[in-house]
Amino acid sequence: MRGSQLLALAWRESRTARRRLLLYMSSISLGVGALVAIDSFASNTQRSVREQARSLLGGDIALSSRTAYTKPVLAALDSMRREGVGVTEVTSFASMALVQRSGLTRLAQIQAVAPGYPFYGEIITKPAGEWAQLQTGRIALVDPSLLIALNAHVGDTLALGFARFIIAGTLVSVPGDVGVSTTIGPRVYIPAKYLDETSLLLFGSRSDHKTLIKLPPALTPAKFIFRFKTRLEKDQVRYRTAAETEFNLAQAVDQLRDFLSIIGLVALLLGGIGVASGVNAFVMRKIDTVAILRCLGATSRQVLAIYLLQAVAMGFIGAAFGALLGIGLQLGLPYVLKDFLPVDVTVTIEPLALLTGLAVGVWVALVFALKPLIALRNVSPLQTLRRESDSVALRGAAFDPLRVLVALVIVLSVAALGVARAENPLQGLGFSGAIAAAVALLYGAAAVLSASARRVVRPSWPFVLRQGVASLYRPGNQTRSVVLALGFGVFLMSTVYQVQDNLLRTVAVKLDASKANVLFFDVQDDQGAPLDSLIRASGYSVVQRTPLVPMKIVAINSLVGEQLLKPDPGALKDTAGQSGDGRGRGGGGRERWVLRREFRSTYRDSLMPSEKLSAGRFPKGGSPPDRLPEVSLDADIAKGLRVGIHDTITWDVQGVRVQTRITSLREVNWTRFEPNFFAVFESRALAKAPRQFVILADVRGEGAVARLQRDVITKFPNVASLDLTLVQQTIGRVLDKVTTAIRFMAGLSLALGIPVLFSAVSATRRERLREGVLLKVLGATRQQVGRVMLAEYLLLGSLGSVVGVILSVAGAWGLMHYVFKQPFVPALLPASLVALLMIAIAVSIGLLTGREVFRETPMAALREA
Amino acid sequence: MLEARQLTKEYQSGDHRLSVLRDVSFIVPDGAFVAIVGPSGSGKTTLLGLLAGLDVATRGSVLLDGADLSTMNEDQRAKLRGEKVGFVFQSFQLIPTLTALENVQVPLELRGDDGAPARARELLARVGLGDRAHHFPNQLSGGEQQRVAIARAFSNSPRLLFADEPTGNLDSDTGAHIVELLETLNRESGTTIVLVTHDLVLAHRAQRIIRLADGAVVSDIMVESVPAPDAT
Repeated sequence: MRGSQLLALAWRESRTARRRLLLYMSSISLGVGALVAIDSFASNTQRSVREQARSLLGGDIALSSRTAYTKPVLAALDSMRREGVGVTEVTSFASMALVQRSGLTRLAQIQAVAPGYPFYGEIITKPAGEWAQLQTGRIALVDPSLLIALNAHVGDTLALGFARFIIAGTLVSVPGDVGVSTTIGPRVYIPAKYLDETSLLLFGSRSDHKTLIKLPPALTPAKFIFRFKTRLEKDQVRYRTAAETEFNLAQAVDQLRDFLSIIGLVALLLGGIGVASGVNAFVMRKIDTVAILRCLGATSRQVLAIYLLQAVAMGFIGAAFGALLGIGLQLGLPYVLKDFLPVDVTVTIEPLALLTGLAVGVWVALVFALKPLIALRNVSPLQTLRRESDSVALRGAAFDPLRVLVALVIVLSVAALGVARAENPLQGLGFSGAIAAAVALLYGAAAVLSASARRVVRPSWPFVLRQGVASLYRPGNQTRSVVLALGFGVFLMSTVYQVQDNLLRTVAVKLDASKANVLFFDVQDDQGAPLDSLIRASGYSVVQRTPLVPMKIVAINSLVGEQLLKPDPGALKDTAGQSGDGRGRGGGGRERWVLRREFRSTYRDSLMPSEKLSAGRFPKGGSPPDRLPEVSLDADIAKGLRVGIHDTITWDVQGVRVQTRITSLREVNWTRFEPNFFAVFESRALAKAPRQFVILADVRGEGAVARLQRDVITKFPNVASLDLTLVQQTIGRVLDKVTTAIRFMAGLSLALGIPVLFSAVSATRRERLREGVLLKVLGATRQQVGRVMLAEYLLLGSLGSVVGVILSVAGAWGLMHYVFKQPFVPALLPASLVALLMIAIAVSIGLLTGREVFRETPMAALREA
Repeated sequence: MLEARQLTKEYQSGDHRLSVLRDVSFIVPDGAFVAIVGPSGSGKTTLLGLLAGLDVATRGSVLLDGADLSTMNEDQRAKLRGEKVGFVFQSFQLIPTLTALENVQVPLELRGDDGAPARARELLARVGLGDRAHHFPNQLSGGEQQRVAIARAFSNSPRLLFADEPTGNLDSDTGAHIVELLETLNRESGTTIVLVTHDLVLAHRAQRIIRLADGAVVSDIMVESVPAPDAT
């Protein structure tokens, strides 16, 4: 048979089956759509990052430091200016913003910017053009969320410390802006020249200094860095070029794509299973035709080729439809993820993503369709003379090499897809393995149900229920395929809800545990006692008053400066880290942050509830004056510093060298809303050091926090405070935004379950039609037949949902335990809602597919069957 | 020529071996018109399946135009059928998704013949369905469907034509027309016809009748030597 004749026959023979085959193949459309959308979106974002890299950074190079620049760095900046290099600066810090008219306060991110900031990119304001006016007076431009929080409007006076600014407008967009960040801390832009007037940057205040550099055409970033590298590194000034920004963002986008790809792949593979179920139904309908073709001289290879061509063609159409859907989704993704994207994504069609999606879709459709299609080779021409049941007609040899080969190709394809999409091969294989495990579990559960249904059914049960249960184990039952399709949908959706519920619960529990609900910080040494009195006088209790002393490391044991970064000569080659006695044994050099990091430490003589001693003895004070004062380190930071018990650390505490010895290591729960420290000193070590305080207070009553914050800021304008209840709400809002994005993808997977379910249910349509019609012939009413079907789908839906929920509890536990490292409590309400939704979908699809049983007369339907 | 040599077909049914055909042997010369008759369950259809290479015998062999079917695999037998065998079934067995013309083309296309549409049109015209070429099977009457099946059976100019109760689903007038058509085509093309039926009147249209009972040949006679039963 010539190729053209084979094609023509395949085309003609597909006439009545095209719609049905297309429906089965549409199972992969959503998977392809998801992949195309994710890949296109990632490409779009990467391109936008590339195009906007300089705008994102604001200059060709950005220098940044946690502390004020040293004299040599300032001198270097001056020399740059003289050489025609553009230099501008921004100082950012957290402080309270107060609107005097409304009396409301809110912690805000203050950005004091020098003229010319930023060199690249445009800051858009409302009213337009206000950014250009910022340097002309005591003007502030704020995030709209701040106006809402402070019940303020443009034109109001904003108090920042001792300075007053007129709110001239709101920020519409700032290059590099990640939407969600303004939810955490609204920004206030003020001219840098008025920063001193605020008197907000006092001893121990945290502030970030960023300098933007605009290079003249002759000077490349590489040349610039080469020239100033040593100076900058010596004075702990970090530098970043636009290219590095681009690289870092591109990596972040890659990670986002990898994460989303997992959902896309699950969708695609589920689609593959849908294709297999659907094509299985298709194959059963083709037994008679194949028997005739075999009779007329068609070889098994010709038969397989005819139906493979049909499957590939429909698979291609299904994948092409998916690709179109992907383009649609691609338009939606930037909107869904807008709060997490630092760039304005320009949506363009990505041919490579489209082609990849198409190819992967057709391949998945083909390999999954092959599994049922190869059974057509077993159809004997003898079926034209004596028709056997479908399962007998398709039965092949016990060992069929082609069947084994197809199974192998499916396994390899799934593994290859996993590896191709994951960050690394191991992760990809792990992912493929996890899918296989979930599929195996769902299949296993369905098999167990099928087997136990046979035993559990009792003659005393009503007829309708007996029939419904019997349908779970009758020959050619659909229990496995429906449970798989349903279970996966429920699993994905319910996992998302379980994790969200648990994360929110974790935040709530932590707030309760800390007992306090307001945190005051940047409290100067002389403000500690009066603020404490003010809080108590207002009728509230102070839960904790913690002294805070900023410091840096200058020496570890006998090593100083750059020596700290070199491999420890005394250390063992073994780099396992800590030994049982807590001594550091690492042989490699330390990271540069060891020198750069500013430690904000405290002193006390007891452990806090958030701490657990992991080695040594906590300093309880009163160590002999002739010995070095004791210090306790966080176990993780000790590992990073490559130190252990008995090692000595010398600190620079505001210019004074303090040498200490490590006597204990602690495990610290950093997620609690209370001040925690890497280093806790014995009191005598820091008794004379300049300090500030963090005060935690328990302030209850409606409006009490706002009133107290207003009183405190009036008396102590530099003191910042955090309403922890507000923080909890903010975290809730951020989580909401995250889960909206995830839910969007999970919703896609759920939508995907519907064609898969249709395919699964269609697979046994012929059997159900025969059975329903026979029941009608024997006198069953349409209502009774309907109830039998209802019972069957209720049972199938319930089983799929229950298994899906159980899997989701396991999955959510895994995520909470290993990824979020938090306790897990099953969230039954959202899981039940998802389960009910899926049961409703299963019943609707089942009844919809079986509607012919109601419509046809027994005679007509018998002929059809 | 078609030759059956000690054909035996057995099935395993639980612990028992069920013998459907036992040591059936006969020779059908080229151009002959042979009827195989017998009551239900006598093994007629099983024998037809073995003769046409649709099934394999437990023992014995079939020589179809000199080729030993027992030495061939499924695909080799299919190829042989495509080249030398035609079929007419009781239930017509047309492919429902193809038009009459396309159904007739299938055996030619499977062989890779050029000019399949022209040959198919010619055959349809010969069976009187030239104007129904583009109708689908469900748009044709039973008699018309069987005529399409006959046109299809002759499309590859078969050396042998197997007919399984070709009039079983038709009224007597239509059935008679179908048999006449088979006879005409047999005469004109010299095709050997093996007809399986339990209709003795129809069987007497053949030149020779092989009678089966309980899986064995009980008589093998030339039609001239026996009187035809009353057609009514």
